[in-house]
Amino acid sequence: MFQTTENKMIRSGLVEPDALLMGSLDAHLEWNKPCDNIFELEMLFNRLNINALIFSQPAEPYRSIIDYLAEASNGTITPNDCETRTFIHDLPVAFELSPDAVVPLLKKRKCVIVPGHGIITYGTVGLEQAYVTFSSVCFACFVKFFVDFLFLTRKRQADQKLGQVFVRVVQALDPPVSFNGSLTKGPFKSKKHIYEAIQEAGRLVVEHRLVDSYFGNISFSDGQTLYISQTGSSLDQLKDAIDPCPLNGSSCVPITASSELPTHLKIVQHAGSRAILHGHPKFSVILSMDCDLENCGCRDKCHVKCPHERFVRGIPIVSGEVGSGPSALCNTVPKAIGEHQGVIVYGHGVFTAGNTDFNRPFKHLIQIENDCRAEYFNRLRLYSK
Amino acid sequence: MIACARLSILTPDLRLSKLDMKFFYGKFSPNPRDTDALNMYGWHGKIARIDLTQRSWRVEVPDIGILKKFIGGRGLAGFYIRTSITLEWNHPQMPLLLFTGPLVNTRSPTSGRMTMMSRSPLTGTVGDASVGGSFGFQLKKAGFDGIIVSGKSSQLCGIEITDNDIRIVDASPLEGREVGAVNSLLKYKGATAVIGPAAENGVLFSSIIVDGHYAAGRNGIGLSFAAKNIKYITAKGTHKTNVFDPAALSSAKEDVFRLVAASPVLLGKFGISRYGTGALYDLMDARRMMPTDNFQKTRFDRALKMNAYAFKKQYAPKKTGCRGCHILCKKTAGHRASMPEFETMSHFSALLGNADIHTVVNANRICNDMGMDTISAASTLACFSEIMQRKLAPEEIVSLLTDIGKKQGVGAQLGRGAVKYAISCGRPELAMAVKGLELPAYDPRGAYGMALAYAVSSRGGCHLRAYPVSHEILRKPVATDRFSFSEKARMIKIGEDVNAVADSLTACKFIFFAASLEEYARIYAAVTGIKTSAQDLFTVGDRICYNERMMNAANGFTEKDDDLPSRFFSMAGDQNSGIRIGPIDRDAFLTARSNYYMARKLNKSGMPVSAVARNLGLGPIEKISDVSNHRK
Ligand SMILES: [Zn+2]
Ligand SMILES: [Zn+2]
Repeated sequence: MFQTTENKMIRSGLVEPDALLMGSLDAHLEWNKPCDNIFELEMLFNRLNINALIFSQPAEPYRSIIDYLAEASNGTITPNDCETRTFIHDLPVAFELSPDAVVPLLKKRKCVIVPGHGIITYGTVGLEQAYVTFSSVCFACFVKFFVDFLFLTRKRQADQKLGQVFVRVVQALDPPVSFNGSLTKGPFKSKKHIYEAIQEAGRLVVEHRLVDSYFGNISFSDGQTLYISQTGSSLDQLKDAIDPCPLNGSSCVPITASSELPTHLKIVQHAGSRAILHGHPKFSVILSMDCDLENCGCRDKCHVKCPHERFVRGIPIVSGEVGSGPSALCNTVPKAIGEHQGVIVYGHGVFTAGNTDFNRPFKHLIQIENDCRAEYFNRLRLYSK
Repeated sequence: MIACARLSILTPDLRLSKLDMKFFYGKFSPNPRDTDALNMYGWHGKIARIDLTQRSWRVEVPDIGILKKFIGGRGLAGFYIRTSITLEWNHPQMPLLLFTGPLVNTRSPTSGRMTMMSRSPLTGTVGDASVGGSFGFQLKKAGFDGIIVSGKSSQLCGIEITDNDIRIVDASPLEGREVGAVNSLLKYKGATAVIGPAAENGVLFSSIIVDGHYAAGRNGIGLSFAAKNIKYITAKGTHKTNVFDPAALSSAKEDVFRLVAASPVLLGKFGISRYGTGALYDLMDARRMMPTDNFQKTRFDRALKMNAYAFKKQYAPKKTGCRGCHILCKKTAGHRASMPEFETMSHFSALLGNADIHTVVNANRICNDMGMDTISAASTLACFSEIMQRKLAPEEIVSLLTDIGKKQGVGAQLGRGAVKYAISCGRPELAMAVKGLELPAYDPRGAYGMALAYAVSSRGGCHLRAYPVSHEILRKPVATDRFSFSEKARMIKIGEDVNAVADSLTACKFIFFAASLEEYARIYAAVTGIKTSAQDLFTVGDRICYNERMMNAANGFTEKDDDLPSRFFSMAGDQNSGIRIGPIDRDAFLTARSNYYMARKLNKSGMPVSAVARNLGLGPIEKISDVSNHRK
């Protein structure tokens, strides 16, 4: 029961194997390993109506980032990326690891950060849920840290302590993504080949850490049907998690498809692309939120509607919220993608598309992320001059 | 009947005088406390107790402690019914309760629903139905958090609720009339809750139809109206609901709206806002768990012809919905006739092997007009079909439904529900029901959490108590393994708690595909001013569920009743299309059920425990009234 989640968390670089503590309660409470803190953590199960709990110190660089943000906070970390704003709202901080300190916070939110100790998250429908929250916290804090640092540097307000943490964090970063191989070449002869190609692309996107937890989505259209990963599916485990969506709309099966289905469908319509990738690579998200306009005029609303046309190294940045609605990204991304290598959605992620197979979209996803990463440090140098 | 026919052609004003000629005011007993001066937030702090025998009513002011403990809707109704729950369903002192919640008539999202509760005539369990439309909203506007009706009227009556006023009027001219007709006569009186001929004829799965479209369908709650000689209740008012912190409400509401917008199931391209709940139809087919031929199979080979898309093409339905909801999952077509909901679509097609789309729409219309629960009606027909060993032709489906509603021919037998009918034929195993309530359109062999949830549900075979479909099928908030009982026991317990809170606030369960108690706790706090959290609300949910469990125990329900029909443990479902739907492993099921008892803090045989009840503030456990009581 614990193994799957444990593997995911270690593979994605979220935790060190020894730090991870997981509890699951059905009829009885079980832990993935013995631990000194267990008595206190059992109290959490007694005082909360939950069935799963994860407690762990995150791995570097998350650890330094989260400890810094938590200590600098007044009890709440407010992330600014879209996904976190939508799904997690804000992140409470407890300054002591005790049931009395963390329970009141966990009563209101799905997670609590205890600087120096780690992150506690829980699930009411299993460990998976606790894992997703854990991963989202790490992602949100990572993005916030880099966005804030760039902002403060530009404003010349970054203090020495922050600077030191930043150096430490940068040292612990993964190297830029590199990929010299090739994915299965199209055109695909059958549905079976399409499914295999989608699974292959999904696996590679996760392996190269171009997504947070495993979120993102992938589709391929054969002209009749768009095959798309299901909502909340692990992109590296798509075997039974692809929904066929007839392009004539004659079936509601894709009700369980990724929430970005409308965007995929419109990209197929507008740009005629067949293979579409969407991930949340970190530096693309971070850089999309760096706005050098002093008075942007849409303060705090840039993720919904930003009137300014922006590009990073030729890649358009658009605003847009998840899902449907007038300011949804399905109304902005398909128009913007045109002949570009991809589109970055403000504070959210990247869409790339290709015609016959996933080679082009995958390489562009990497390219965009690496460009954004390079540009981030460029701007940092520029701003600190 | 002639008088009624004439009524319908009169102008509204004349109708008013005609009907009101025979009205009689209830004895008005003004309350010593001017409750408007209570200045409560969220609640009005006013519950009307109506005595139909005495033809009187009075206002009861609930203690704030009780409101905090049970909130409203299903929770509060459950609190008030508890002391009477061992009476027979048709005992004059068996109360009938209509309750709204503190969020109703505020700007809180999807809070237009309400609960109708009594002891179920069909199952003998606590019997309740959550219903949409505008009744809850209007009842609240009339100044009441709920009404408790006891006694029995000497003749068929209507109850008309307006601003702080309640009148009991003669409704005998409406005797035997269909729901649609009665609803159009009453529309100008505000929101309507109406029963049809089925309830008057004693059909055990009678429903109450609100505003002509929204069914309080399950548990035969319509018959509870008839038992008191109530044909209809209307409500209309002008009161506002005080909100403690409007700014906080707006902010929490924004969060919920963002989550809803991000939800494919709700507002997505193929979601229920566009296609109605029928959007689930294709999914059940794709997952090979569509109950077919009375649950003998899990795949209906003509499902593709009968899906929401087909209905949309055929009928071009329009969107409508409950008061205070922006999802608008209800679909109507032509003369504002309701389009079938998912369960109705599925059971009147696959469960009966019917591939005629018009028959589904007709069946839905007849059930609405007669005032019968579509799930129970279809399931009873499917049971009949299997016992008779023949498929029902489309015309026969339609004529049998009419016979049931009118209590004629074999319809008189079928009107007692699948279980009693199957027993009378010596084939009890062919009734696909739990605790006497016919199962809805998710085959338990295709989702094991659902299997457990059906078995332990306090109102019988119901999918809505724990609603594991959310994670097992719709993958929200995360996907769980639908073919495993692992970790499911506590998930079901927690799911029940969440939905008990939703039914009590009141909020629509569908919104919990996207939002959670985390957001609703903030809404509740903003509206009422009561400091709370998601986890505090869970405790309330736990209390509400335990209370129901105690009431059922008092009526002789035991672990034997927490079970599924034997078919699901012995017969495989679809095996031919990649997904193999096998029978459920009996031992694994029993283990999961024991685990559920532990999670719910019941004893080993599923009975409530005094100390737990006391901790939850539920008072002592009643003696079991009559062990065979619920079997009657
Ligand atoms: Zn995304
Ligand atoms: Zn802007």
